[in-house]
Amino acid sequence: MKMKSPTAMIPGLYLTLFFAYLFGPLIIMVITAFNSSSFPRVSPWECFTTDWFGKLATDDKLLAGLGNSLLIGVGVVCVAIPIGLAAAITLSQVGPKLRAALYTIFIAPILVPGVVIGLSTLIFWDRIGTLFNAPYESFFYDGTFLTIFGQVTFIAAYSMLVFLSRIQRFDTTLTEAALDMGATPTQAFVKVLLPFMAPAIGSATVLAFLASLENYNTTVFTIVSSSTFTTVLSSKVRYGLDPSISAVAVIIIAITLIGAIIYECRNRYNTKGWAHVIADRPVLKIATHPGTVAVILGLLALAAVVFIQNHDSSACTAQILEDKRALQQKLMEEQSLNTPQQTVPAPTMPNLGPLGGDKGGASAPSPFGNSIFSPENLGTSASDGQ
Amino acid sequence: MTKEISLEHVWVEFGEFTAVHKANLNIAGGEFFSFLGPSGCGKTTLLRCISGFQEPTRGKVKIGGEDMRGVGPNKRPTALIFQNLALFPLRSIADNIAFPLEVRGVDKKTRRKRADELLELIALPGQGDKKVSELSGGQKQRVAIARALAVEPDILLLDEPLSALDLKLRQHMRTELRAIQKQVGLTFIYITHDQGEALTMSDRIAVMNKGKIEQIGDGKAIYDHPTTSFVASFVGENNVLEGTVLSNDGQKMQIDAGLGTPFTVESHPAGGPALAPGDDCHLFVRPEALRISKDESSINQFESNFVTEEFEGNMRHIVMNANGKDLKLSLINDGTNAIDANAPVKLDFAPEMGIALKPGELASA
Repeated sequence: MKMKSPTAMIPGLYLTLFFAYLFGPLIIMVITAFNSSSFPRVSPWECFTTDWFGKLATDDKLLAGLGNSLLIGVGVVCVAIPIGLAAAITLSQVGPKLRAALYTIFIAPILVPGVVIGLSTLIFWDRIGTLFNAPYESFFYDGTFLTIFGQVTFIAAYSMLVFLSRIQRFDTTLTEAALDMGATPTQAFVKVLLPFMAPAIGSATVLAFLASLENYNTTVFTIVSSSTFTTVLSSKVRYGLDPSISAVAVIIIAITLIGAIIYECRNRYNTKGWAHVIADRPVLKIATHPGTVAVILGLLALAAVVFIQNHDSSACTAQILEDKRALQQKLMEEQSLNTPQQTVPAPTMPNLGPLGGDKGGASAPSPFGNSIFSPENLGTSASDGQ
Repeated sequence: MTKEISLEHVWVEFGEFTAVHKANLNIAGGEFFSFLGPSGCGKTTLLRCISGFQEPTRGKVKIGGEDMRGVGPNKRPTALIFQNLALFPLRSIADNIAFPLEVRGVDKKTRRKRADELLELIALPGQGDKKVSELSGGQKQRVAIARALAVEPDILLLDEPLSALDLKLRQHMRTELRAIQKQVGLTFIYITHDQGEALTMSDRIAVMNKGKIEQIGDGKAIYDHPTTSFVASFVGENNVLEGTVLSNDGQKMQIDAGLGTPFTVESHPAGGPALAPGDDCHLFVRPEALRISKDESSINQFESNFVTEEFEGNMRHIVMNANGKDLKLSLINDGTNAIDANAPVKLDFAPEMGIALKPGELASA
């Protein structure tokens, strides 16, 4: 092995740190989803469990929120994509001065803080609702409706940016050619421009849907009395966290990974080089087909679901519970023994003596267990101090 | 099937800028007509007027006697072949060719049949399922022509379609275009800045400069008998001598070009502007019209000195200097015409090969 010079190691080190920074929290989150501890943590490790997934499946609030989020996501995509596309087409057809002005206007919602958009959406539709004397059940006060409109204001701008980068590469003579050959403007749009924009429409749809799904700071205002996935999660964080949140993370990460792997497989499968390789290898061709990959991943996911449903960690958790109870029992007994007779801690005194302080008490094997916060410890340190 | 086109006093103005200046012309049905001019001369604007992408500011564009004002490009009996061809990259060759039928609601089977017919015509049979990117430049060219012919337009408009091709292919496509035109018998309107293309293919040519049509005529008329200084200097190589008219009797004229004895040239056989004695003029003599004098007393003779020579194989392009003025000579490399680089050489040209015109704008080299 040749020793590398220190400077040559910097990129490697940087990459390691970078990926640790990116994926570290995710990895920890995933681990906590399988720990039976009732607070999401890695240590102390109690039991391997899949119960949190089960708890998630029965969490009606979260599921209702998720349902709302998906509905809002679809609504946002349906409204924001046409608006974004129209804005991009407009920008590509106007003169440079008007374009600069319009661009600034179109992009402004991205620059405005989400909180402001949320509040102003709420106030705006409230005013309009009041103007029409609409009852509180009407859509002017409906969380889903308001959230879709609030999110569309800036998600349309995001999707416009996606469309703009694609439309800049569009050859406008293609539209002219279509017109010249007898196409109506609508036909030219549908048959020439739209197919060209299709990849951008796909990516903008995904982007808009995800942006809607993960949005919090606008949604928290516009959702009013309803709830979405993000608002339920945030209230969970506020009012007591349990590892079912980690279970959510595991599911999201799994879906993302499966999607990304299939997408990447599809890209690599469609490269010219690979087409050449598999030209006369039918087995390899089938094996590397993105469909095959999707089926395999789907089966793996199914297996994971079955495993999660069937895994029973009750024995272990019961054991842990039993241990805890025993410990508690023991502590209580010792406390009851301790309190009246100050003499009992005496045997430990010689051990503590040379070191002094309760630090030593914690490190030394103690009859009171390891916790330095137990009342007995307070007692010993107090007596030690005297 | 073919329709004539007439432009009546067509003006196109973009704000202060006049792109087309009172264009007046008639193009007969079945004609191969070219617009020739330097880039920015307004020829593409004129083409867009005919195809309907541009409305003339003033004047009328008539196709088959009908005024086309207000008729959109999709409603006109014209098909335009774009400079970059504008083939649809996401469609197959057959789908490209059948596009005009598709937008007219023709069913798939008929479309495919017509596409196959046209692929036959452009000598690409059975290639309908290929992608556009799989074709060579010349093949794309032919596909663009097939697509334009799919709905049997009356007029085919071509906007410098060969400019992106390499020289060999360009020469080949010239012959092919002309053959297709003869075969389908359509009116072709062809835009080019390449005089070679215009001269070889066209029935008639309109030479344009700065929005104005300078001259309309067949290739021979334009080359041999230009009527303006611009046409004389733009179409083909030409030597320009500035001179003064000494006499003009309607048959012959005498011109003093400051090279010794006055030159005798024929007076405007093609009806160019008349020049009176005392007028300034431009005298044009083509490089191939200049000869090395064989005897001492030939007409239009003058002395010159050798400057440099470019050897092209079959031709020798020689630059001579006569009284401070560089003149180009093109001589056939047939072993005669030796030039002594160190002694004055006598040159001459025939009276019918010199063309005297009113001084005007010259094409920049």
